[in-house]
Amino acid sequence: MSSRRKRPSRNGGIAASFAACRKQRRSAFIPFLVAGDPSLEATPDLLRALVAGGADVIELGVAFSDPIADGPTIQRGSHRALAAGSSLSAVLGIVERHREELGVPIVLFTYYNPVHARGVETFAAQAADSGVDGVLCVDLPPDEGLRELQPALEERGVNSIYLIAATSTRERIDRAAAASNGFVYYTARSDVTGEREDLIPTLAREVKRVRRRVRLPVAVGFGISTPRQVEEVAKVAHGVVVGSALVRLVEENAGEPDLAALLERQVGELTAPLRG
Amino acid sequence: MKVRTPLAAEALAPDEGGRYGVYGGRYAPETLMAPLEELSRAYDRLRRKRAFTRRLRHLLEHYVGRPTPLYFAERLTEHLGGARIYLKREDLLHTGAHKINNALGQVLLANEMGKTRIIAETGAGQHGVATATAAALLGLDCVVYMGEEDMRRQRLNVYRMQLLGAEVVAVDAGSQTLKDAINEAFRDWVASFADTHYVLGTVTGPEPYPRMVRQFHSVIGAEARRQLRRLAGTADPDVAVACVGGGSNAMGLFSAFLDRPNVLLVGVEAGGRGPDLGDHAARFAGGTLGVLHGARTLVLQDDEGQVVGTHSVSAGLDYPAVGPEHVFLHEHGQIEFTSATDQEAIDAFHLLSATEGILPALESAHAIAEVARRAPEMEPDRVILVNLSGRGDKDVESVLEYDAASGGRVSVRRPSGRHSGSASGDGDAE
Repeated sequence: MSSRRKRPSRNGGIAASFAACRKQRRSAFIPFLVAGDPSLEATPDLLRALVAGGADVIELGVAFSDPIADGPTIQRGSHRALAAGSSLSAVLGIVERHREELGVPIVLFTYYNPVHARGVETFAAQAADSGVDGVLCVDLPPDEGLRELQPALEERGVNSIYLIAATSTRERIDRAAAASNGFVYYTARSDVTGEREDLIPTLAREVKRVRRRVRLPVAVGFGISTPRQVEEVAKVAHGVVVGSALVRLVEENAGEPDLAALLERQVGELTAPLRG
Repeated sequence: MKVRTPLAAEALAPDEGGRYGVYGGRYAPETLMAPLEELSRAYDRLRRKRAFTRRLRHLLEHYVGRPTPLYFAERLTEHLGGARIYLKREDLLHTGAHKINNALGQVLLANEMGKTRIIAETGAGQHGVATATAAALLGLDCVVYMGEEDMRRQRLNVYRMQLLGAEVVAVDAGSQTLKDAINEAFRDWVASFADTHYVLGTVTGPEPYPRMVRQFHSVIGAEARRQLRRLAGTADPDVAVACVGGGSNAMGLFSAFLDRPNVLLVGVEAGGRGPDLGDHAARFAGGTLGVLHGARTLVLQDDEGQVVGTHSVSAGLDYPAVGPEHVFLHEHGQIEFTSATDQEAIDAFHLLSATEGILPALESAHAIAEVARRAPEMEPDRVILVNLSGRGDKDVESVLEYDAASGGRVSVRRPSGRHSGSASGDGDAE
């Protein structure tokens, strides 16, 4: 029993990452990529580029055939990944081979069905064994997640991260906060994922509303694509998530030999405001 | 004669989380959770409100055309030589299918909730047409998402929706069919729920959709029982048959008979081209437990949990998941599921057209195909009730294409009279 509990943390988990950022008086940078986009072979290099550019936690997207909560950019990324043979098995393999070398926590960002198809116990065991630090299922709110997936993850020391939305009521914020460990993910826009010209002016007030009720670090995502936006969001959030902008870079440069270098440069630009 | 052991009423109702046993639930992105909770509350408030139910009943009678007839299909019965066959004529409803029962109910609900914009997905186009119709009736904006493949198959319905003032948005993702249209409708709703209601067209999706859509269609079964008692001398048929895509017309019919142990309930899925994964939409034959579009249910998927493509000649059955209540009822021995292939459905389309002068929707033709298999095996004093859920006008082009591809079936006969007699006979007479 005790051998199944809490595997030794390799390079420190999610909490350690946020704690380190707090010590440096800055927000964490959390980039998102779809694993297997544009190919499974390219993914490890792209993950290294994220780390080299300044990632504190990586959100690794598991491609799904029916991504109802994603905008066109990430839909296309998922489609490319599936066409390239990506799957939950392949993603777990990538994490297993590279988590230690990368040295930053990895959160699987997935729809529930691939997890469900594998069986939650099997998935939780494999996720823990491959070194996955946390799991966020987009379509598994705490209402369902607490009964179904979380006990299996908790038993193996893998964090569960839940979303909080602009529409979440106080009760729902409390429920997500109580259920999450590691951090909570606040979706800044009542919208599917995608880049936005402007961030909503009320963002600061909204994030504060959430922070008042949540003791865990609050990461903010959806629609953030420029260094200026990163800087703005970092003023109010413990973590800044950038997804679509990076997936778009991968899309536009999929055939380029220096794709990883381009990605590292963009992540470097996005994290510059955090380094002060 | 098979006898079912009906489930107790408490066992039949979903729990607070919308679960039928382990099926159903509310697997939705957090952004939609509060709007879904609001919808559940609004629906539960309004379905008990007399003014609301009266208004809906009034419109169903005077605008939609309820009750629909129950029709004894005498020539079809004679032709098949077995059980007496009764058709519940949902095909005669305004807009041509049962879908309007639910669309009108939900649009009225949306109106009461103060929503000004309606969105919907559609496969065969019938739900889209029904929703566009209800939105026009109440003066609400309407956007319908439809797969490009389905728009090709059902181009007349596309134009009907446009005539009704709806915007039809082509979905070119994935298989370009019903499932992708639902994905797109959810994406719209995630961003628009403040002023928009999503009229989901079948008994799947997150709570409260399965129970709400079923309730709006339960009028089908309730009417059929009353009519059958008058017409056939028994309120309980031996067999009740309905096609099952998501399963809304079937739940509408079956809901009246769930407590009747002597009624065998049969759902008919799309057998498509054959039993290989990807060639059909028979979830009870090839599906495994999964979570799609907000509900835990049977899904056609691969080992990695990726949803696979489906095929059916009928756009309305071409969907990889099924309403969770169907799975629950099947598990408890309440509904039997079978399937009919494309070819069997096309044959049934011709059969009903020729024997009764009724062109069934290709969806409903799957139910007729099952009747054609079953009726001859039954005694003539037995009764089959079948839900003729929609009319076939929309499918005439598809049937024409199908028949042309398989060598042509309908020969156009010349009027008899002067030109009668074979050409060779004429020659001989010389």
